[in-house]
Amino acid sequence: MTPRTLYDRIWDEHLVTTRADGTSLLYIDRHLVHEVTSPQAFEGLREAGRPLRRPNAILSVADHNVPTIDQEKGIADLTCRLQVEALEANVKTYGVPYLPLLDERQGIVHVVGPEQGFTLPGTTVVCGDSHTSTHGAFGALAFGIGTSEVEHVLATQTLPQRKSRNLRVRFEGALPRGLGAKDLALALIGRIGTAGGTGHVMEFTGPAVRALSMEGRMTLCNMSIEGGARSGLVAPDDTTFAYLHGRPLAPKGPLWEAALAHWQTLASDEAASFDQEVILDIRSLAPQVTWGTSPQWVTDIGGRVPDPAEAASADEREAMRRALEYMDLRPGTPMEAIPLQAVFIGSCTNGRIEDLREAAAVARGRKVAPGVRALVVPGSGLVKSQAEAEGLDRIFLEAGFEWRQPGCSMCLGMNEDRLAEGVRCASTSNRNFEGRQGRGSRTHLVSPGMAAAAAVTGRFTDVRRLMEM
Amino acid sequence: MEPFTTLTGIAAPLLRSHIDTDLIIPKQFLTTLVRSGLGRHLFHEWRYDAEGRERPDFVLNQAPYRQASILLAGPNFGCGSSREHAPWALKDFGIRALLAPSFADIFFTNCFANGLLPVQLPMEILETLASMEGPLTVDLPAQQVRGGGHTFPFEIEPACKAVLLEGLDEIRRTEANLADIAAYEARRRVEAPWLEIRSH
Repeated sequence: MTPRTLYDRIWDEHLVTTRADGTSLLYIDRHLVHEVTSPQAFEGLREAGRPLRRPNAILSVADHNVPTIDQEKGIADLTCRLQVEALEANVKTYGVPYLPLLDERQGIVHVVGPEQGFTLPGTTVVCGDSHTSTHGAFGALAFGIGTSEVEHVLATQTLPQRKSRNLRVRFEGALPRGLGAKDLALALIGRIGTAGGTGHVMEFTGPAVRALSMEGRMTLCNMSIEGGARSGLVAPDDTTFAYLHGRPLAPKGPLWEAALAHWQTLASDEAASFDQEVILDIRSLAPQVTWGTSPQWVTDIGGRVPDPAEAASADEREAMRRALEYMDLRPGTPMEAIPLQAVFIGSCTNGRIEDLREAAAVARGRKVAPGVRALVVPGSGLVKSQAEAEGLDRIFLEAGFEWRQPGCSMCLGMNEDRLAEGVRCASTSNRNFEGRQGRGSRTHLVSPGMAAAAAVTGRFTDVRRLMEM
Repeated sequence: MEPFTTLTGIAAPLLRSHIDTDLIIPKQFLTTLVRSGLGRHLFHEWRYDAEGRERPDFVLNQAPYRQASILLAGPNFGCGSSREHAPWALKDFGIRALLAPSFADIFFTNCFANGLLPVQLPMEILETLASMEGPLTVDLPAQQVRGGGHTFPFEIEPACKAVLLEGLDEIRRTEANLADIAAYEARRRVEAPWLEIRSH
């Protein structure tokens, strides 16, 4: 048999049929649904009088629109409330499993799925959300889809697909102390650009990836989409299996044993060929921080704001000039000299317990700098409870951070957690696009440790200097 | 779905790189429960100032581009969020064809579900098109963009072309494969029984 990549294998195992026009129909094992990208899909189903094919293959939760304060009082914003109510009505009508707002398991869809054991190795996972790539951390083919595709999956449990190309990313060497998966992701995107992975599925390999926890792997795969790839993959291993064992929706008993035997075979063949390969030596990598309005515009914390004059092309020069104007930054400014007014720790990229531990280790015994507003938003109710059991909430509160309830929050500001015009923010989220965190706001993407370091110093700071020696 | 065959119209130049879907339609308009009505919010932060007044320097606020049905854009158009609100907003404004050097994957797929034609052309050709006066013609059957005496051919996958030309409903198409899907499910229940979630 021809050697295959992990992506080829998952693809082959989910191929229902190839149609006359060359498109393939791919079976979808798991479907995550949230309030923002599903109402029109359910409406379409209703209008056509179609049944929902497989309710138990779905897990639904409201996350984008929910408040992160006083959730007990309900949703004050009318349009947000109506959208969550529409989701609740739809899941009731169609018998779809749903985690309600005040359920401890509620949270960001990409935090909740793995926590519940809904995401499994070798499966296909979709959601009307680009950060569905997160679930690739389990060796699942996971990708974001549009609302019309959501409707297609609700009705048929399949999607017409064209096969992507294979891209292998190999990180050479071990991660230096004080760095994490977020730095790997940002450094990679800095190298290949936000369109570098377009049309490809990325498989992450190398000793640093093997050494990452499941949460780190989720952070890395989460950012695949920012490198243009719809999906990222990490082949499952003992770290994956240990994480999944005993999760509520993971298989149990003899089924676990059968699943495990299959999962242990899930890897790219030694001789499998990749259409593209990117090798990144990370032995001397420094903490990463973005300076522009695209995740590819990133530099070392010890670096400086670049000069558009040095851009490779006229288009790039103009794009950089616009970005620096929007970000209100001057070429040559050391990154560590840039003051900021806001810090956001949370999101599907960095809202898990290990992220909060990393930030709390820096915040412990320190104070948020004057003039800085800092938010910590756990990725789910379970993350929040765990953090509280470990006393992380006390550390954050004593340092002057706000401790919130779970949701997508300031990553995209669909609820009231938005930045005012001109406010500069160190954010553990995934996008620094114009207006992403609020009209005219300025986002710099960093790791949780770097965000906490920025909060307590009031400027971008190399977190390694604040770590206990 | 409305088929796409040949379109002649005004082409608005917006030749910036990496125009993301947050820019095409920002978050505050995503709470809608319907697909229609997003056209007036298209490119909201570029099109209006903080008080909601039109910015005269933005291309879609200028004649004749208010009537544009074609958009010329830079590489990696539609990157970022999967929100289908982006093609909904473009279509509701009146845009039916997008010409750019490259598109992000999810956005590209979302276009076909909404009868929008994304055409890939090199930046030099887009710059030529942007500098021309008068309407352009996007001819899908012939796979050509024509205007100002020029003709530029473009590539498109036959399956994608058929979806637009015939205005195919993808779900109806897939329903022709329901027996294949049932057979697949039956096989998987035996081969991978751990995938079945019995109770949540």
